Order: sequence, then C-alpha cells, then structure tokens
Amino acid sequence: MSMILLAEQVLNGLQLGVMLFVMAAGLTLVFGVMGLINLAHGSLFMIGAFAAAAVAGATGSFLLALAAALAASAAVGALVEVVVIRRLYNRDHLDQVLATFALILIFSEGTRWLFGSFPLFLNIPPYLAGPVSLPGGIEYPMYRLTLIAVGLLIALGLFLLISRTRLGIQIRAGENDREMIAALGVDISRLYTIVFAIGAGLAGLAGALVGAIQSVQVGMGEPVLILAFVVIVIGGIGSIKGALIAALLVGLTDTLGGVLLPALFKQFMEASAATSVGSSLASMAIYILMAVVLIWRPTGLFGARG
Amino acid sequence: MKLKALALASCMAALAAPAMAEGVKVGMITTLSGGGAGLGIDVRDGFMLAVNQADRKDIEVVIEDDQRKPDIAVQLADKMIQSEKVDVLTGIIWSNLAMAVVPAAVAQGKFYLSPNAGPSQLAGKGCNPNYFNVAWQNDNLHEAGGAYANTAGYKNSFILAPNYPAGQDALTGYKRMYEGELAGELFTKLGQTDYASEIAQIRASGADSVYFFLPGGMGISFLKQYADSGLDIPVVGPAFSFDQGILQAVGDAAMGVVNTSQWNKDIDNPTNAQFVKTFQEAYGRLPSLYASQGFDTANLLMSAMDVADINDAVAFRAALQAADFDSTRGAFKFGSNNHPVQDIFVREVIKEGDVFTNKIIGTALSGHGDVYAADCKF
Repeated sequence: MSMILLAEQVLNGLQLGVMLFVMAAGLTLVFGVMGLINLAHGSLFMIGAFAAAAVAGATGSFLLALAAALAASAAVGALVEVVVIRRLYNRDHLDQVLATFALILIFSEGTRWLFGSFPLFLNIPPYLAGPVSLPGGIEYPMYRLTLIAVGLLIALGLFLLISRTRLGIQIRAGENDREMIAALGVDISRLYTIVFAIGAGLAGLAGALVGAIQSVQVGMGEPVLILAFVVIVIGGIGSIKGALIAALLVGLTDTLGGVLLPALFKQFMEASAATSVGSSLASMAIYILMAVVLIWRPTGLFGARG
Repeated sequence: MKLKALALASCMAALAAPAMAEGVKVGMITTLSGGGAGLGIDVRDGFMLAVNQADRKDIEVVIEDDQRKPDIAVQLADKMIQSEKVDVLTGIIWSNLAMAVVPAAVAQGKFYLSPNAGPSQLAGKGCNPNYFNVAWQNDNLHEAGGAYANTAGYKNSFILAPNYPAGQDALTGYKRMYEGELAGELFTKLGQTDYASEIAQIRASGADSVYFFLPGGMGISFLKQYADSGLDIPVVGPAFSFDQGILQAVGDAAMGVVNTSQWNKDIDNPTNAQFVKTFQEAYGRLPSLYASQGFDTANLLMSAMDVADINDAVAFRAALQAADFDSTRGAFKFGSNNHPVQDIFVREVIKEGDVFTNKIIGTALSGHGDVYAADCKF
C-alpha cells in the first residue's frame, strides 16, 4: 500500500467525517436540548438537496442553490417543529419515533409528488471541479477539499455560537435543566423552534453539499441518518465537541476499514474471498467501534446524560 | 327463504364465473414508491402502452405497489391470486422480490412473465415451465461487458459491484467472458453513496479499464465522483446505470461511456420505432430499457392470448414459448429454460440536443442465452 493511496484515503475519511458532523450536529442538539428523537432528520437532508437541485437548475448558480437549501430546510424544520414536533416533547420516545417516522413517509412521497420519481441533476460548479495536486504528488478533487474546509468552518461557527453567544448559553442551559431556564423567563418554545431550525438548516446544507457529488433522489437521507445516529451515540448525546470527534472517527474508520481490511485478509487468503470477507467486515467496522466505545464509556465520549 | 335465495345467488355466481374467465386477468406487482420507483413506473407504462394500443376487451390489469419490500410483494401476490383471481402475474423489478413471489405463484399454476428480474436460481435448477423471463437472465449484460472488454483489447480490468447476490452474479458474469487479468476486484456496500475510497484504489491499481455494476443512485454517485477525480481510465457498465431515467441526473459525467444493453431506442425495426414514438407521445419522456421490457411483456402475453385459451395451460404455455410477437428488440426467442436468447449490444452515451441518451456502436454477443439453461429440466 503506497503512502499516496493512504494519504488520499485519510483525506477521504476526513471529508466523510466533516459532512457527517454537519448532519449530526443538528441531530445531537435536538436530542440534547429537547430530548427528542427525530428520525425525520434525514428527510431534511433530502429537502436541502432537492431545493439546491431545483434552484441550481433554474438559476445555474451553486451559491444560490446552497442558500436555498439552507433556507428551505430551516423553514421546513421550523414549520414541522411548530406543527408536529411541539406536541411530542412530553410524550415518550416511542411516540416520537412513530410520529417522526410518519414524517419520513410524508416527506418522501411529498417530494416524489413534487419532483417525480427520477433522480435530479445537481453538479459541482465549474470553479470547484476537477482535481488539484497536493504536496507529495497526491491528486485530490478540489470539491472534496472544499467540503473539508466548509465542514471545519461550520464546526468553528457552531462552537462559537454555543460558547460565546446568548443563544448558546440558553441552549446549554436548556440541556441541563429546561424547567429552570423557563422559570428564568426564557421563551422555551421559541428557543426550541430556533434550535430545531438550526439543526434542520445544517442537515439541508449537508444534503446540498453532498448532493452535488451523489444522487439527488427520494430516500437519500435515511442511510446518512443511521450514520449520524452512530456519530451522536459515540460522541455523547448533546455534545457538539463529541459529535465532531465521533464524526471524524467514524469517517476515518469507515474509509480506512474499507481499504485496509481487504488488504489485510489478502495476506493469508485467496484474493476474491479476501475481498468478500474484508468488505463485509469493513461494513461492520463503525458498529464495532460504537460497541467498543459504549463498553468503555456508556454515555459516549463526551456524554453527560446517563 | 333468505338462506335459499343466498344459496341460489352463490350458485349462479359460481356458474357465471367460467363465463367471465374468457378474458385474461393480469396482476402487476411492481415498485411504484420509494427508492427505485422509476424502474417500476417505466415497466408499468411500457406494459400499459401495449395494452392500450391493442385496445382489446379481454384483458384486465390490476396494478399494485410492492414498495421494493419482499414481504409486501408476497402479500400482494397472495391477494391477487386468492381474491382477485388473476391468471398471470408480472411486474417485479428486483431479484430478491422475484425469489419471494415467483416460486409460490407458479406452484399454484399461475403464469409469471418477468419484465425485469432474472435471478440465476430461476434460470437453472429452480426453473419452472410457467415462468417466462422476457428481459434477460441477470448475468447477461455483464457477460456482454466481459466480451466487449476482450474486443476493446482491455487486459487489466478493475471490477466492482455491491456486496449482495446480484452484485456477485454481475462480477461472475463479467469474469465468465473476460479473458484478461484483474487489476482489482471490490465489493462495495449496498446503497453506498461515496466512492472516493474505491476511486483512489482504482487510481493506484494501474488498471487499463473499469467495469462497474452499481444500479440506480449508486451508479449516479460513482460516475459523478469518477469524472471529478480526473481519472481517465475507460469505464464500462451495464445499461442499468445508463438508462433514460438516470442519465439526466448523471449529466456530462456519463458522456461517451460505453455500456451494454439488450435494447436501445435506435434499434431499427418498425415495432421499436413505433414504440419509441408512441411512448413519447403518451408520457412525454423517452422510454428506457425497462419500458421496452414492459412493452414486450404485454405483447408476448397478448400474442399467446390470440392463439390459446388461458384455461388450457398446456396450449397457453406452448403459445408463450413460441414467442410469436414483434419485439422492440427485433429477433426474440426463448431458450429451453424460458429465458431470452438474444443479441446484446454495446452502446455509448451521447447528447441529443439537451437530452442525454444512448447510441448503439456494436454488438457484444449474438444469439446469447445463459449458462444456467443446461441445469433446467422441466
């Protein structure tokens, strides 16, 4: 295995990780602050991608498309919070899961009704297309480097939001004791709507960013949702820092596992069997990681809740 | 008194039943919602186009959505056989759903005409005289990919497919025909959307060509990311990643890519020309290979209805086996296991105006059947 290949795979792992973080950040905030399990988070990812594809198709501008994705998913998120989610805070988790699962079905079929059953086109803008040469002779797609940068910027922005702003103080307080901050005069229902909209907007932005290199189609959010749940469980529910570290861990484990495990098995097995066994084990790698972390720290890496 | 009337009524209903059964009732179970609905919609539209064009009174079609879930497909099949009393079943897109439905349906004496899925199990030992596949055996297009690689002079292919039965069959099919070396062989996760890691391995492998089987959204993701990676090793795939429904979503990344298919819109025969024209008029889009398969399935069924009564299973089976209809593919006949023996073409992705589509550039395999036919004993 050459160093160039390995370096390239590490970059791939980072890129997957930061995009998972953008997706998981909203999920962990909503779970942490409101105690709500939101299965429809993947649908917001899909809504972002569809909004971006529609706007990019109409205007040809990728930046406008990203803005539209952010706006559309945040708006849908706020609307859903007010209409549906608000009624679920005092219910148990099973009711929340059922209701948000229903939302997945509604959003999926609604999107199909609006946009049809065939995947939409959304592409990388020309100024970010193609590979760039990095030191050491690595050829790496410009767009993926941009994704890493954007993801890290979002992480920084969220960190500042949580630690330095009034809203951030309220969010942290809400995680610790929601009755108390309500008693202190904070409009808790407004706070919840804002947190939910931020989470939804981030999911939508991730959908649009990732949609440009993937297939924009109905149901695209659910596979990512599962990974995002793995991330927030590993990171500790409610912790943005935990989500960032866990997302990078999951991204690197998934990518490097997919490359290194088949290569490892090839040392002592026949090639095609090694590929098959290695690939199967690689698909399990992140769940094994999750199990190990949970045995070591049952509340996740940075989790406060028991 | 009431009881007597009821008994009489049910007797009359029973008497009336055979009289009504002169026509053929078709149950179509296909995927109309969720991921992959585009395929089911195309099969349905192609099938119904043929039925509507024939304008006959003796065929009734019941259509249900399986949501790509095997358990739902089984429930629908039971309902169609027991309460709807259909004579013929058709429509299933996915091999795992076909495996859940077809053996039980044909065991109950129903006919099953497959417009898409062709799992190897149903072509070999598990074949059944009432099961007809009008599309292809699953390995076929991949065998054509391997045959094309030989003629193109590829000596060192990198091959990849999802890690599930149809993916493993795909790579087996390719290797069955391909004579060169393998630069690498990869199984990806089913439903995987990021191929950065695989593309890096292709780059490092020194391959002279890439063969991939990644149906639906997986193929869209792969092709877009491959184009952006700056790799210029030629890519070959089966038609499933280059059908009319998804080409527009891939865009320029698919231009010039070679793929294998048993059908294309430029196959030159009157049936196909008419099909392409009327499909566009009826639905406002170009037909895909799935639509052509649905269209051919309906025409096969109606050709058998012209010469045999569905209640005479032996005669009807023989009429289906004769395949006396004008296929969109031109020459069409069944092999000994009721699977097609047909030409498989090599296509290239081109742009016509604003629309991406395919053009035939050669023939990969002529009069090609499948290897499983030898194991099929009716």
